[in-house]
Amino acid sequence: MKKIKLITCSLILALFVNANAESNSEKECFENISRGIFQFNQGFDKAIMKPVAKAYNKLPEPVKKGTGNFTSNIATLLSIPNHLLQGELRLATHATGSFLINSTIGVLGLGNPAALMGLENQKEDLGQTLGSYGVGGGCYFVLPFLGPTTVRDSLGMIVDNNYLDPFAKVTWHEKEIKSISGTKIDYVGVKAADAIDFRSDNITNFDNLEKNSIDLYAATKSLYLQNRKNKINNSSDNDDDWGNLDN
Amino acid sequence: MKKLSLVLISLLLITNISFATNYSSDPKLFVSELINDAISKLSDKNLNKEEKANFIEQIALANVDINALGLYTLGEIRKSADKSAIEKYQKVFEKYFLKSLTSRLTDYSSNKFEVINAEKKSSNYTIVNSRIVQSDNQPEIKIDWRIYTKNADKPLIRDLIVEGLSLARTQKEEFASILNSNNNDINFLISKLEEFLIN
Repeated sequence: MKKIKLITCSLILALFVNANAESNSEKECFENISRGIFQFNQGFDKAIMKPVAKAYNKLPEPVKKGTGNFTSNIATLLSIPNHLLQGELRLATHATGSFLINSTIGVLGLGNPAALMGLENQKEDLGQTLGSYGVGGGCYFVLPFLGPTTVRDSLGMIVDNNYLDPFAKVTWHEKEIKSISGTKIDYVGVKAADAIDFRSDNITNFDNLEKNSIDLYAATKSLYLQNRKNKINNSSDNDDDWGNLDN
Repeated sequence: MKKLSLVLISLLLITNISFATNYSSDPKLFVSELINDAISKLSDKNLNKEEKANFIEQIALANVDINALGLYTLGEIRKSADKSAIEKYQKVFEKYFLKSLTSRLTDYSSNKFEVINAEKKSSNYTIVNSRIVQSDNQPEIKIDWRIYTKNADKPLIRDLIVEGLSLARTQKEEFASILNSNNNDINFLISKLEEFLIN
């Protein structure tokens, strides 16, 4: 029953993506609701995330670095199948090597000796994989706690969690793989650590953005969409839309 | 004593103005000289917040194409909006831009800046790639500079692309959202900018 629900949900979302594949992903799914959720997330950030991130920043540098390395190493497990789905064999090999080296020599991923050996470890997810095959983002919306997303990216997240991410399988779905087991708490713990690590790295950036925006929701949306586009294209080349200003 | 202070302040201003206009015309050197000068000034502990803010304003007025940036961020509406409204918008935008820039930079802490490369995109644009190595063990930040080179003797900054995220585009999309939800009324956008300036 759970599986049927998931498939139906995915199909509806997939239809939504297809319907919007050619359109601009700046289009909103339900802007008023998203703005409400955005406000809620902002409140959550102010009450919980920012104070925790500030406290986290006071920890010794090796502890913070170790946490960042640890969550990055776990995220590699999701990057590997997505590199393969994108036909990026070289990056898949690098990611696999990076995971194996960091999990062993790097003591469960707390260190990052793989980077010193020149192994690239680029984060990939199914949203990016679909984007690399030309699937448009669909419309944009905001999820409680998880933040900005598009139909394609949220669909990707569901499939990643249920089928592609071995870490989610072992922890969130509590399935034993080669006698490795975990719980939902492990999953939430690692994701929370990742979010706090990211938030602590960006305290000044977020403060500046909030202080200088006249529409913070729109600025956040623009940054999210630009970032996703760069990740899909694996480059930061900006479209030259300045041209018509000089004509 | 009062006169001496006045002379010193005037000298400082003159030095700043000439300093702000004397950068190389080569885009790569232009960015390198401008930013290294800015870093040395902003990390100078002898300057107070107000002096730093003045310096940022002068350097921005001389080296950033604020007019073009204002028009760009206005989007397509610039073609149809009333001329006097656009002029009013440009004036408010300049103030908004300077306020937002100074608030971002006055608390600057010293970092190492390095120009890596420059790519000529067209006769009008060169993208200069640079990176900032932060002093507090933070990862390095990649910054690309969109330099307008139509006047080869006087390059101007039009956009900063931080880790692939264009500040001009973000601003443009922010303004577009405000305009879209208010019948593309440029006066509403102007009033929002004025509100920001008061707060």
